[in-house]
Amino acid sequence: MPDEILFGLYVFVLAAFVGYQVITQVPPLLHTPLMSGTNAISGISLVGSLVAAGAHYNAVSTVLGFIAVTAATINVVGGFMITDRMLKMFKKKEDKARR
Amino acid sequence: MRTILIQISYFAASVLFILGLKGMSSPETARRGMQQAAIGMFLAIVGTLFHHDIISYEWIIVGMVIGGAIGAAMAIFMPMTAMPERIALSHSFGGLAAALVGVSEYYRHGGELSAVKMVPIGFEVMLGALTFTGSLMAFGKLQGMITGVPVTYKFQNASNISLLAITLGIIGYLTFVPSHFVAFYIMLGLGFLLGVLLVLPIGGADMPVVISLLNSYAGLAASATGFVLSNNILIISGALDGASGFFLSIMMSKAMNRSFTNVLFGAFGAVAETAPVGAESAAGGINEGTIDDAATVLWNAQSVIIAPGYGMAVSQAQHALRELADLLDTSNITVKYAIHPVAGRMPGHMNVLLAEANVPYDQIYDLENINDAFSRTDAVLVVGANDVVNPAAKRNPASPIYGMPVLNVEEARAVIVLKRSMNPGFAGIDNDLFVQPNTMMVFGDAKQTLTKLVAALKK
Repeated sequence: MPDEILFGLYVFVLAAFVGYQVITQVPPLLHTPLMSGTNAISGISLVGSLVAAGAHYNAVSTVLGFIAVTAATINVVGGFMITDRMLKMFKKKEDKARR
Repeated sequence: MRTILIQISYFAASVLFILGLKGMSSPETARRGMQQAAIGMFLAIVGTLFHHDIISYEWIIVGMVIGGAIGAAMAIFMPMTAMPERIALSHSFGGLAAALVGVSEYYRHGGELSAVKMVPIGFEVMLGALTFTGSLMAFGKLQGMITGVPVTYKFQNASNISLLAITLGIIGYLTFVPSHFVAFYIMLGLGFLLGVLLVLPIGGADMPVVISLLNSYAGLAASATGFVLSNNILIISGALDGASGFFLSIMMSKAMNRSFTNVLFGAFGAVAETAPVGAESAAGGINEGTIDDAATVLWNAQSVIIAPGYGMAVSQAQHALRELADLLDTSNITVKYAIHPVAGRMPGHMNVLLAEANVPYDQIYDLENINDAFSRTDAVLVVGANDVVNPAAKRNPASPIYGMPVLNVEEARAVIVLKRSMNPGFAGIDNDLFVQPNTMMVFGDAKQTLTKLVAALKK
């Protein structure tokens, strides 16, 4: 069991490090889309909620899982859609002339 | 076989998420990057649906349909000006989902939980609950439903820190006595309470830091969920989100020349009241101009820099501003936009609004890239910005914002400030810029003033 946690910690630290490296490269111009994009990605907690909602462990878990699925889906669907809507607006001068 | 397929889908999703974030390093690749991340998410969700514990899909389908509809509606209909509110809301949903999964796991296993599982469940529930109520508070403050003025009381920091310590103490206790469910639910309640209390003393201008920080907490809560469920994709995505939020909050704190702890425990407005106010009191020598005066200045300039602030967002002046810039542009006046990192209520707030108004991003400059250009500029147009253009940050050591990097607008030959009234900005500090001889104040709603300016220039 502690092995599992230790392995998880490895993954966590490495991912955080990769995240920090990647994210420091993002220009301030894109900080809002970055925030809404990472927010959509963290909607991955949907994966945990799906199991809770579909497994019928007990009634409480199912109901909590159902609410969690709803909340996480809002983030996933809404997050990716609005990030795309935002990024679509960022254009250079030439791009605009071409339209 | 199933398990392997699920693991492969998770692995692919992790890679796609990282590639997606990498795409964000340039506006040219950002959109494709986020599409890759969305594909990753789709794979991970489809993979999970094959999980052997899932025996029925009705609740899943209902939840996903409702959530998908709400999410899509919010994405399609929410105006860009409401973006800080939307981000705050989505952090609260993320926090809620994590907290509920944690409670569900605890309810299911209760007393059988080993210490190594109890710790991540505790953190998941506490961070999730704290993010949920904290983000709702931030949402309320942004909406104006809760006062944007910092709410402070005696021993606030001491009581908040003790509450946090008690909550952590309960998590520690639960690792020894996991079956003590009363303690668990007290811990959950304290998490909700902490979220409210931690955001209560934070004022409107500090919102960029708080929103970034809540972003980070939401990520960490998701990561903790990953530890509880032994699920690497949750750990990875949560870590990415946590790192992103953490980095942004550090950036924002730096842009205000304040330490992290100062933002969290400082209650800016309250500090400003007691601090000595800037030496030059503003009431006297301001130079008020009419629309025509401002039009003349702009018309005779060769180069103009526009410095927008939260006031532009409030009056939704970005479209009128773009119109004005286009007009100047057609008469061969160079127009650039200067964006301070903490202008607005969230990181990158001004950039999104300008992009919405079709301003090309190659005209938009960050603080470091434009600060040397002001001295070579004929006219600066300040639209609803205050503290981020206050030269007192450079000159007056007594000023509460002393040391904060600001836009050097006062170095330009002429400065036009569009402002609603002479009221001091959020921080309650007088702005030396407004009394400079080369500054012209034009009072009124930014959008109306800009529309009138456009009309005057067209004549």
